[in-house]
Amino acid sequence: MNGTIEAPTIEYALLAPMLVVFGAAIVGVLVEAFAPRYLRSAIHLPLTLLSLAGAFALAVWQALKGVPTKPAAMGAVAVDGPALFIWGTILVLAFVSVLLIKDEEHFVGSAAALPGSAEEEQSLVERAAHTEVYPLLLFAVGGMLLFPAANDLLVAFVALEVMSLPLYLLCGLARRRRLLSQEAAVKYFLLGAFSSAFFLYGTALLYGYAGSVDLAKINLALGSVGGQDTLLYIGAAMLGVGLLFKIGAAPFQAWKPDVYQGSPTPITALMASGTLVAAFGALLRVFWVGLGGLDWDWRPVFYGVAILTMVVGAILAITQTDIKRMLAYSSIAHGGFLLVGVIATGSAAQNTAALSGLLFYLVAYGFTTVGAFAVVTMVRDAGGEAWHLSRWAGLGKRSPLLAGTFAFFLLAFAGIPLTSGFFGKYAVFQAAVSGGALPLVIVGVVASAVAAFFYVRVIVLMFFSDPAADGPSVVLPSRGTAAVVGIAALATVVLGVFPQPLLDLAHSAAQSLFVR
Amino acid sequence: MEPAEIIQHSGGAIGAAWLMIALPLVGAAILLLGGRRTDRFGHLLGVLMAVASFAVAALSFVQLLGLAPGERRRGIELYDFVPGLAKVGLLVDPLSISFCLLITGVGSLIHIYSIGYMAHDPNRRRFFAYLNLFVAAMLLLVLADNYVALFVGWEGVGLASYLLIGFWQHKPSAATAAKKAFIVNRVGDFGLLIGLFTIFATFHTLAFNDVFANASKASSGTLTAIGLLLLVGACGKSAQLPLQSWLLDAMEGPTPVSALIHAATMVTAGVYLIVRSGPIYQGAETAQLVVTIVGVATLLAGAIIGTAKDDIKKALAGSTMSQIGYMVLAAGIGPAGYAFAIAHLITHGFFKADMFLGAGSVMHAMNDEVDMRKYGALRKVMPVTFATFAIGYLAIIGFPLLSGYFTKDGIIETVMEHNAVLGWLAVLGAGITGFYMSRLVFMTFFGAKRWEPTAHPHESPAVMTWPLVILSVGAIGLGAFLVLGNRFMTFLAPAVGAPEEMPSFHPFSLTGLATLALVAVGAVFAWFRYGAAEVPAVAPRGSFLTTFARRDLYGDALNEALFMRPGQWLTRLAVFFDNRGVDGLVNGLAAGIGGTSGRLRRIQTGFVRSYALSIFLGAAILAGAWLVVGNL
Repeated sequence: MNGTIEAPTIEYALLAPMLVVFGAAIVGVLVEAFAPRYLRSAIHLPLTLLSLAGAFALAVWQALKGVPTKPAAMGAVAVDGPALFIWGTILVLAFVSVLLIKDEEHFVGSAAALPGSAEEEQSLVERAAHTEVYPLLLFAVGGMLLFPAANDLLVAFVALEVMSLPLYLLCGLARRRRLLSQEAAVKYFLLGAFSSAFFLYGTALLYGYAGSVDLAKINLALGSVGGQDTLLYIGAAMLGVGLLFKIGAAPFQAWKPDVYQGSPTPITALMASGTLVAAFGALLRVFWVGLGGLDWDWRPVFYGVAILTMVVGAILAITQTDIKRMLAYSSIAHGGFLLVGVIATGSAAQNTAALSGLLFYLVAYGFTTVGAFAVVTMVRDAGGEAWHLSRWAGLGKRSPLLAGTFAFFLLAFAGIPLTSGFFGKYAVFQAAVSGGALPLVIVGVVASAVAAFFYVRVIVLMFFSDPAADGPSVVLPSRGTAAVVGIAALATVVLGVFPQPLLDLAHSAAQSLFVR
Repeated sequence: MEPAEIIQHSGGAIGAAWLMIALPLVGAAILLLGGRRTDRFGHLLGVLMAVASFAVAALSFVQLLGLAPGERRRGIELYDFVPGLAKVGLLVDPLSISFCLLITGVGSLIHIYSIGYMAHDPNRRRFFAYLNLFVAAMLLLVLADNYVALFVGWEGVGLASYLLIGFWQHKPSAATAAKKAFIVNRVGDFGLLIGLFTIFATFHTLAFNDVFANASKASSGTLTAIGLLLLVGACGKSAQLPLQSWLLDAMEGPTPVSALIHAATMVTAGVYLIVRSGPIYQGAETAQLVVTIVGVATLLAGAIIGTAKDDIKKALAGSTMSQIGYMVLAAGIGPAGYAFAIAHLITHGFFKADMFLGAGSVMHAMNDEVDMRKYGALRKVMPVTFATFAIGYLAIIGFPLLSGYFTKDGIIETVMEHNAVLGWLAVLGAGITGFYMSRLVFMTFFGAKRWEPTAHPHESPAVMTWPLVILSVGAIGLGAFLVLGNRFMTFLAPAVGAPEEMPSFHPFSLTGLATLALVAVGAVFAWFRYGAAEVPAVAPRGSFLTTFARRDLYGDALNEALFMRPGQWLTRLAVFFDNRGVDGLVNGLAAGIGGTSGRLRRIQTGFVRSYALSIFLGAAILAGAWLVVGNL
């Protein structure tokens, strides 16, 4: 015993989806180092897509084989029903986002070169490209996979950083409006680091309280340790700050519009879908498993945060004139709707209902978001993507199919029946009502009504305004982009018309809840 | 005999029953979305879809006949929106298949007829799209296995009816008539909706099977309320008193529309609703009584209106009201009357469509003239139209051995056994029918020519006369086929139940003879007034009774005085209140939210230091809140 370190037992099979993604990321780095420039893209793209598809297949295989009932890797990682469901969701959304990224129009060839300078000219002549995008993205996705599965706070912190650091870089690589993009990257980095510090500080305080960073042990300690409550409460609050920041809940939402606007749109799509899913998974695990016994204390706090988030997201979106910022505020509001589901805990059956509703919502929202941002990449004028809403006036008359699809996504965001958004909201609000959070649901419905205003306003603008004379043109989408829009629209329809299979899947994933 | 259990079904034509609805719906979609590209073949596609739908219905019917009578209620699961929230399925049983055959069969004939009738209309494609839409919606209405889908079909036929009445939208009268039909139907639909809400509140489901299985457990007060509310819906769609006023105006639509929608099919939806909801009415005697009173009042009112109209289509519309009154009357009696109500509905579908299309043929020949005072002596010029019309005429007045004789007399005799007062009123109605229908025929086909100088009547093309011939065959033989030996009652029994003792048909009962005598008196009287005597070219002033009938029994005046004017005042009041009160509140709220948004927006400075500060403050608040909550 004394002084000996036992080799940890690792269930490699269970962790295989993550290992595949990380492995492919490392291979990607090697490609970047050794492959000639003209080959890199040709290697990266299939490698990335294959690894994501392979990881997805492994996750499905794992789910079919049976969900483990105890944490893996010496209790550090929990591969349970919800985690597998979230993995599948993230991997599919990442796959779709990669199809968008494929279009190299979005990324700068040489980020350090100033627009219009001699270096820029040079890089254009050399056809320089930041093919590092692919391995960076795989590292981020790997972090996203680990984050919601992390069963102790240190692993969660590592996952958080693995997920965030590549994203900071990716944010700054936009080809157009380069300064805006780099500003967004710096802001995201500074604020992200700031919030990570809160997370780490919370971890330290909880370690001080419970003597462990393991979620299950922290939960056990809740009843037995006395007289240290201040440590516990402040620690929990600091953890909450770190997690709520990633979700973009008010009052930690300020970064979201700036970063979503400045980042290359495919990266925005990935952040708005994948990161949100991962962060919600982690939030649920930390608060339901680690601090599950404390729910009487955190529920009122989250109550307030949810209300503030919904209200701020919906109200601020009204006066936005930039399509990407509007979608960012919409994402904040949806974060608030999702928080409503986090609060709806209670009996085991109640928890299952709330969890399955949340899982469904995340899938539905993820697809619609990726689709909406994919449409944004296609509406361009001389300066790149046309973000200003006034430029979208009359789009429905010029490109009825594209505008119709976008209108459909907006209706899904608004939660109109026969779109996936309706069932997401329905499932979450239903769970919240039976969980006794009726006032919260009322606020949610009112916020939805306010949000419907600005979604519908865009539809009105597209279809009932006269197009501007020098309006933006809709580019013919690349095959990847077209596929993304198609997949997202299909998912939004199918989940709106035949929601039952996915609801059943989410329910069976949520059945066993989180392992401890 | 109680209705049989519903058995889940798959396979065969019945399993594909959804095709009946889907085919015409696809047709409508292609024709509407395809635009002018489909102009060339649009009418053919429309006909093809209707005929294909008929083929599915016929095959389903054959398959249904192959099953034992107790197993002829087949449920088909289509689509589970969310379990427990909404489930859509079809119910193929003797009742719904009877309707399907009528809708698709008569509907196909009218589609074919329309090829000729609408040949010169530049918007013929659109017309066929609407007809297809109507057929799809009507089939959904009768095939649905729950009230929600029924309501969707109900609204769908209302929409199709609105579009078709106002098809010639360049005519202000047509546009007004379409609006009137829509608004009056809205009153009925509102009643139906509240009825459905009440059903849901009582039974927590809207599926026929579950509602009917539990109907006997609900209090009779609830059932009465539901029954009366459903009746309001039925009155709107079937033009029964007091919601009858739209039907006469609806004749502004092209004649095939009047034949298909406003005579043969859609207006019978109310009868369908009442018969389908039988288990509810059987627990609510008061509601049943009201149904029979509405039926009798409408059958008399329609007949009286029919006597005074000079517009051939409006006279036929009055007759439609009256005949549907007979069906509603029979449907109000319960299982004993259901079979006759539906049998009369089917035979009426044939002979009324026959006569409407005949009227269309006459109008086609007379430059779209509808005033019968300008007809006369057309029997020689239009022999096929005359012959088929005459068959329809004989059928509707109940000439022995023709269709109407069996089905209408069946209704009258059943009612007589149930309640003598209602029975004699129904006999009286039959007498008036004999008068006004004879008047119509004599004014149109007999007497002297009173044509406009420009009129050069001629027989219609074959594409229009063949449907007439086929329909008149139905008008001759269908009644005997259905009623003799209780064939239809036995067939329908598994779906709607039947009385313990099947009635037998007495050819020469007292009631039957009295009816025949009264009809003969009416016809002879009409001959002396309109056949033998000169028909004045301008309608004489007539007594106050004539005016009463001509003005639709003052139905419109009543509506105007009771609803329209107070409604206008109410609207003005509401507008005033809306401008001053509601708008102020709403605009204020919107401005408030917008203003808040504008102010909050300024917090988003773009400076990362202020964002960090907000995070810091947020963290402080969160931690503070936690401490407060935790230490409570």
